[in-house]
Amino acid sequence: MADEMKMGTYICTGCGIGDRLDASQMEMIATREGKATYAKTHDFLCSQAGVDMIQADIDAGEVSNAVIAACSRRAKNEAFNFQDIAVSRANLREGVIWVRPDTDEARETTQEMADDYIRMACFEAKHMHAPKPSDEQSLNKHLLVVGGGITGMTAALEAAKAGYPATIVEKTGQLGGMAGRLAKKIPTRSPYANPAETEVADLIAEIEANSNVTVCLNSTVAKTEGAPGRFDVEIATESGSTSTIQVGAVIQASGFKPYDANQLPEFAYGKTPDVVTQAELEDLVKAANGDAVKRPSDGKEISEVVFVQCAGQRSDKEGHLSYCSGFCCNASIKQAMYFKDANAGIDTTVIFTDLRTPGSGGEDFYRSGQQKGVVFTKGVVSEVEPGSDGHTVKFKDLILDEDTAIQADLVVLATGMLPNSGVDPYAAEKAAAAEEEEGEEADKGDVVATVDVESILNLDYRQGSDVPQLVHGFTDSHFICFPYETRRTGIYTAGPVRRPMDIAQAREDATGAAMKAIHAVENAGKGRAAHPRSGDLSYPTFRKEGCTQCKRCTVECPFGAINEDEERYPTFNESRCRRCGTCMGACPVRVISFENYSVDTVGAQIKNVDMPDEFDEKPRILVLACENDAYPALDMAGQNHIEYSAFVRVIPVRCLGSVNTIWVTDALNSGYDGVILMGCQKGDDYQCHFVKGSELAHTRMSKIDDTLQQLNLETERVMTYEVAITDVQRAPKLINEMAETIEKIGMSPFKF
Amino acid sequence: MTDIVATNQTILVVGGGISGITAALEAAETGKDVVLVEKRPFIGGRITQLYKYFPKLCFPTCGLEINQRRMKANANLSIVTMAEVTDIAGSTGDYTAIIKISPRYVNENCTGCGACADAVEAEFDNEFNYDMDKRKGAYLPYNMAHPQRYVLDPRVIGTADADKAKEACKYGAIDLDMQEETIELKAGAVVWATGWRPYDAGKIQPYGYDRIDNVITSVELERMMDPFGPTGGKLVRPSDGKEAKNVAFIQCAGSRDRNHLRHCSRICCMASLKQSTYIREKYSDDGQVTIYYIDIRAIDRFEDFYKKVQDDPKVKFVKSKVAKIEEDKASGNPVCHGVDTEGYNRYAEAHDLVVLAVGMEPSVDKDNFPVDIVINQDGFIEPDDANGGIFAAGSASDALDVNRAVQHATASALRAIQIVNRVAGTEG
Repeated sequence: MADEMKMGTYICTGCGIGDRLDASQMEMIATREGKATYAKTHDFLCSQAGVDMIQADIDAGEVSNAVIAACSRRAKNEAFNFQDIAVSRANLREGVIWVRPDTDEARETTQEMADDYIRMACFEAKHMHAPKPSDEQSLNKHLLVVGGGITGMTAALEAAKAGYPATIVEKTGQLGGMAGRLAKKIPTRSPYANPAETEVADLIAEIEANSNVTVCLNSTVAKTEGAPGRFDVEIATESGSTSTIQVGAVIQASGFKPYDANQLPEFAYGKTPDVVTQAELEDLVKAANGDAVKRPSDGKEISEVVFVQCAGQRSDKEGHLSYCSGFCCNASIKQAMYFKDANAGIDTTVIFTDLRTPGSGGEDFYRSGQQKGVVFTKGVVSEVEPGSDGHTVKFKDLILDEDTAIQADLVVLATGMLPNSGVDPYAAEKAAAAEEEEGEEADKGDVVATVDVESILNLDYRQGSDVPQLVHGFTDSHFICFPYETRRTGIYTAGPVRRPMDIAQAREDATGAAMKAIHAVENAGKGRAAHPRSGDLSYPTFRKEGCTQCKRCTVECPFGAINEDEERYPTFNESRCRRCGTCMGACPVRVISFENYSVDTVGAQIKNVDMPDEFDEKPRILVLACENDAYPALDMAGQNHIEYSAFVRVIPVRCLGSVNTIWVTDALNSGYDGVILMGCQKGDDYQCHFVKGSELAHTRMSKIDDTLQQLNLETERVMTYEVAITDVQRAPKLINEMAETIEKIGMSPFKF
Repeated sequence: MTDIVATNQTILVVGGGISGITAALEAAETGKDVVLVEKRPFIGGRITQLYKYFPKLCFPTCGLEINQRRMKANANLSIVTMAEVTDIAGSTGDYTAIIKISPRYVNENCTGCGACADAVEAEFDNEFNYDMDKRKGAYLPYNMAHPQRYVLDPRVIGTADADKAKEACKYGAIDLDMQEETIELKAGAVVWATGWRPYDAGKIQPYGYDRIDNVITSVELERMMDPFGPTGGKLVRPSDGKEAKNVAFIQCAGSRDRNHLRHCSRICCMASLKQSTYIREKYSDDGQVTIYYIDIRAIDRFEDFYKKVQDDPKVKFVKSKVAKIEEDKASGNPVCHGVDTEGYNRYAEAHDLVVLAVGMEPSVDKDNFPVDIVINQDGFIEPDDANGGIFAAGSASDALDVNRAVQHATASALRAIQIVNRVAGTEG
């Protein structure tokens, strides 16, 4: 920074801070030790007068880096919202006076706590710069939609309606996808009584009429490179010609393929043409063109149809799908109605274990089926025995608790959906992990889903050609609160590639994905981070001279954001980056930093606390806490006046993944007696918002024991915990336990 | 609140639950001006009262923290709490909403220090905990309430407690003269995300919710699990505080029932499966769960979770619609009566505690809807061109779980953006 740094420290004495702490001492510490240009005290800093005081200093050019020593960084944000300067918050309220008893005895250690937080905030501020947009890319409103089924068409149209042009790349020679194969769809409007028109033709017409939607048929994506706001996409046609377009974001709507019913010989599939899948029945109905569907084997009238639900689904048999495809119960009701509506005399029986027609419309449709005379039988089909004139469906009737059978002219298998996901970049990694977990046999259903896959996006990314998959081959998000977040920024998956779903949900999903794609291009255009640090302008840069090209950052980035250039240096692709800092934590030579978050902003805080000597019996415990979960939990502990040790110094981190082990060794070398890392849950049900951050931190810290042994320190001095935002009572307990441990094992010998 | 500037390019979001928050944030972060109106004193809606989400068993406040941070960082978004939309006039691209704002009696000066709550003595039923405990007349609704600002219960106004609160506040944050306000707000498009409420379990007479202490609702159980909830996180019986180790769940309590809610509420199967893990978590092998159900609707990958619970020998599934619940007077045990339809066996099972998996009904009565909009017989908003620039989001449109509500709300944000972009195009 060319401008001279001017650091202003603003200490609030409100909310009891002034009663409990010596503000003039803190002022002195800020200026003398923290090297603040000046320090000011206000008895109600978040008031208009307090804020005006700070703003006046900013306007007068008196302050470039500010320390607000008041409440938590999570409180009063609307007041302490200053533009274009770097701000550090010292948490004197939730982090000091609210977690300490108001007693004479506690006064000294509480004051020391506050003094240290002033020092730490000053040194953090000193190393911070207000982030500015990099101007790495401009706004590109054009979207790529991969797949021209109902999901892709909806996404493209909805984006176009908002003023964002879209190009659809469709592998086949026509739009419509699997929905185009259907005779009718499950109704999506009240009264949810009858099968409805699919509206596929209307959608196609709408697309053709919309000048903002371009369609490339018989085409695939040969290569995708770049980042949100500046993707270059190479589109290859069947004839071999290619063209390149520039897009801002990508929606992957590559849909599903039906389960291969040949894997169900027990249901006589393939042995008689009278056993069909739901999709094949749609073909028959369409081919009949309004006339009655005849028995495929001999063209005879059909008088009995049996639907076998969960065919090859919800089953752990080899080759079966373990999950439920969600749409098939309603689809069978709809198909039974094809027959009932044409001829009420045809018997239709749906054999199910759980009839799954959730929501408002589903239940109405189920009732309508019952009213039309569709028979629903709770049972498990064991076998379909083909006959010369009709077939025998053997099943266990679960209500009557007996084995029985029913005759059928036509048997319809409700088989499931398999996602067209492309290649899972982490398939090998996952397989290795599964193998390692002894006895943990990989889900057999998954095997089906991952054979013989071609890449959909052909991403030119260091970490693989497609979007990572979650379970069963679907590209779903792990997050309940943020369902669209894939692990590739600016690329959103929608429709049954993401999760099994019906047309109604796929259309909603497509519209939502279009929203996210638009959100991504708008933010990329402004240099802002996407989810979850939305709006963050800071981004990682690295000092090239120091880089050893070890590739840790490119390998560990949970979002595959970092590529390598020809000289094998990392390229960070700002708009692909989520700003978690995992690369910074990974870097062994510490050359990666953000403007306002770096090895120095945290390292300087660690090193600049006042370290009492060994005989003072005042240990120091460093806590590095995830800012989204552990830190709020500690704040809420304060809110509820749950006490914890005055010997602790807490530093919030963007993600535990950003913790560079140098911080831990620095802490130990400068005399801290204990270090606690608090991150989010890792593993299959991870809660880490940067997916891998917490897990990587745990792995890195598992190796810290060697360092401790080299230093001749006890391994209990460094602990890594999974802490949830609700651990309001547990987080303080963990701190107190560390204090007790230190009391037991003694002070660190590294005090100077 | 009158300082909100809204134009016909503003998106008005009605309801600050997870759906409204999502729609508001997606639109605001895309550069649109958004006003979010919430009836309660804080945003977050029903998810704030849940202990865990299915199927990850993670905590709703974790994602909410992210969303609240997004809100704090976004200048395009204005939040109006304790406010209700009473009318919307106009047409697509040009709406005027009438908004009634109830007095909070606490202004923006509030630092969240809690001195007012310490000073006030009166206590009232705590609606956040479904009235299972009491809260002060000056209160922060819950730990993470956003805005982090206290509320004065209107019932203390005019009492000595009000003056005590005012006196205790050093920051001039208590304003006892605040009055109900009605404001008009322009908007180009509206996202209607008023969400759901639990069905009134007292109406299901045979289940005795209003007569039997140890019959509770699923939403009450969520509150009991919270360490800051009415029982301090203890899973105990309301009648005698004894540990509730043998717990029954009754599915479709009010749902899929012509006498109550006709629709399937979608979430209740997964909710009970999730809650069965609570009992096992608290009491491990001493815990015993029975789930009385019609169909277990654990669609798509939720099936994995269902399987995991099914594999638990301490969880029993009984396919039956429970006919009635009676109280065993001596033990206080609720006894479930019915017929197990798998094999047709008559049962009379006593449990420590019975949890009714109550259904979702739309928060706003369909006969009393403030806006002219197409609503189906279950009270959910239908997607219809006649709705113009008013779009439903989340469980105002159907019984949805959080994941689907967020998905739907994200889509609705785009629909609203389409309108305001059109307005901007025609104007600019």
